Amino acid sequence: MGKSATSRTILLLAPLLLFLGLAYVVPFLGVVRWSVTLPEPGLGQYRAVLTDPLVQSVFIRTLRICLIVTAAVLAMAYAIAYVWVRGTPTQRMLAEFCILVPFWISVLTRAFGWLALLSNRGLINTWLQAAGIISEPLALARNEFGVIVGMTHFLIPFAVFPIASAMRAIDERVLLAARGMGASRSRIFWSVFVPLTYGGLIGAALIVFVFALGFFVTPAILGGGRSVMVAELVYLRIFQSPDWGLGAAISVVLVLFIGILLALMRRFIKPAHLVG
Amino acid sequence: MPQRMQLGDAKAAEIKAVSIGKTFGAFRALKDLSLDIGRGEFLTLLGPSGSGKTTFLMILAGFTAPSEGRLMMDGRDITDVPAEDRSYGMVFQGYALFPHLTVEQNIAFPLKVRGRSAADIKRRVGEMVERVGLIGHEKKLPTKLSGGQQQRVALARALAFEPSVLLLDEPFSALDKNLREMMQEEVKRLHQETGTTFVFVTHDQSEALALSSRVAIFNHGELLQVGRPQDVYERPSNRFVAEFLGEINLLPLDALRLDGDRAAGQFEDRTIVLARTKPQIGPKAVAAVRPEHMTIAAAPNNAGHNAIACRVEDATYLGAVTRYHLKTRTGASIAVSMPTVATPPFAHRADVWVSWPIEQGFLLPHQT
Ligand SMILES: Nc1ncnc2c1ncn2[C@@H]1O[C@H](COP(=O)(O)OP(=O)(O)OP(=O)(O)O)[C@@H](O)[C@H]1O
Ligand SMILES: [Mg+2]
Repeated sequence: MGKSATSRTILLLAPLLLFLGLAYVVPFLGVVRWSVTLPEPGLGQYRAVLTDPLVQSVFIRTLRICLIVTAAVLAMAYAIAYVWVRGTPTQRMLAEFCILVPFWISVLTRAFGWLALLSNRGLINTWLQAAGIISEPLALARNEFGVIVGMTHFLIPFAVFPIASAMRAIDERVLLAARGMGASRSRIFWSVFVPLTYGGLIGAALIVFVFALGFFVTPAILGGGRSVMVAELVYLRIFQSPDWGLGAAISVVLVLFIGILLALMRRFIKPAHLVG
Repeated sequence: MPQRMQLGDAKAAEIKAVSIGKTFGAFRALKDLSLDIGRGEFLTLLGPSGSGKTTFLMILAGFTAPSEGRLMMDGRDITDVPAEDRSYGMVFQGYALFPHLTVEQNIAFPLKVRGRSAADIKRRVGEMVERVGLIGHEKKLPTKLSGGQQQRVALARALAFEPSVLLLDEPFSALDKNLREMMQEEVKRLHQETGTTFVFVTHDQSEALALSSRVAIFNHGELLQVGRPQDVYERPSNRFVAEFLGEINLLPLDALRLDGDRAAGQFEDRTIVLARTKPQIGPKAVAAVRPEHMTIAAAPNNAGHNAIACRVEDATYLGAVTRYHLKTRTGASIAVSMPTVATPPFAHRADVWVSWPIEQGFLLPHQT
């Protein structure tokens, strides 16, 4: 790229850079300052992040939920993407509809929707009790299970795009070639089709995992305060206790962790794989 | 894993296509195509773009079902046998290598599918790698190979399980001329070494003539002629085949007379005598002569030859041969190629005679 082209690129990006700087970088630097100055200057809050059993348990729960959600999302998104890319025209249209509709409904609405289904007096428990299958309601919401269900549902569409784009890039003749050599359908799927979508799977896993780490609304509603994740913990520290320093330190650790993840993943996949 | 018996696993096969037709919607891609492919032969399917070559190959492979007709292999009806059970070797246009597998793993794939033992696979892969000259490249991914090397992997992979039929769809169309000629030699050698039945698709007529034991010429979904290269080149049964296989001079004849195995007609003020290829031909016909069968001289050669008066318009030196462009008295164009060493240079606009032996010319219908 020539010098003038570079400066033109910077010029075109300028509004975005300015916005990102004002809306994220400057406030974040403020958060960093709180974390080392409140209540007193020093690294005490970071020591607390590493030793406080409550903070530790929230971090561990967050990682556990994120891993389970990522695995569940990938499995379901893979199936949906498969139908979307390789189904009959009707199946494709249906899949596309199912992928796009959730984008029109806010995360809040969806979380309350799940609550209506899963809570103790929600649809599922009422039906099961009416049918005499259970006598006591099942604990489906206000716990980790509810959080995982809600987050999985929310994140599926984001994983479908990178996976579908990897599937679309597969050369049909490669699959024909495998068939021509006598390979069964399941062998073609597992030893040719799936490996050729690894790039999309890794990209999807990254997006879902990073999104899940910072989830706030869904865990707050479906966890009912009993399954607190990192983002909610930060909120509680800053808005419901005077412990701003600890909340800030947790935020900084979370951002650093995500940054490291992104840097690692950048080495394995091209950004182009992440979008459909 | 149990060894799955595959149809294609036995020696070289003989295939018989009976009245194969294929329609896509209202479009007829193949029309009433009957063709016998002999055991161990090298058959080329030749034709222009869109003539149905790939469609026919896909039907042979079992990837596409014909709309009409039957397909027989070694006397057995295989029309409804799916591709994975026919298990012919196939080399696709663009190679279709597994991009996530190394050269070795690509070649091993069909062997693994067949449940061969690890030792057996290792031995066979080594053999194939050596046979196609890829030693030292075993651990590379296809993207790290040149076009010619990828082509070799595709060939090795298709031949690794010793299929009874190898289908090749324009395997060399992406290679440059030198590489293409090298690969042609190699494919010819592989055919001789394996003894397998080869069906090879191309739209390059010189490739077809150079490689095959027989050539099948397609146009608009129809099989126009099948024969040995010299048969289709020297005795094409219609104008399309004659013109598709190489340059040819077509001289319209009047007052056509048929006499035994000879035919005679008037071209300008000369009587032209020809060998007949088809017994019945319309009243209007053309004399067809290949440029390399004609010679130029200062005087007409009348002994067993036809001769017409021409004027030299242009000469192009091409190394081994020189190409002349001439015009007859009525302005018809004639092309002649002659070995450069055998020809004295003819002056521009010189009046000359073009002659050719009677048995080298043949009669074709006026219409294609
Ligand atoms: N799946 C299909 N649906 C509709 N039409 C098709 C299909 N496959 C092939 N055709 C048509 O059938 C005709 C023959 O196609 P085919 O691919 O067999 O030609 P070809 O001889 O292999 O040509 P080329 O040299 O360009 O590869 C073409 O007109 C093509 O458009
Ligand atoms: Mg083709």
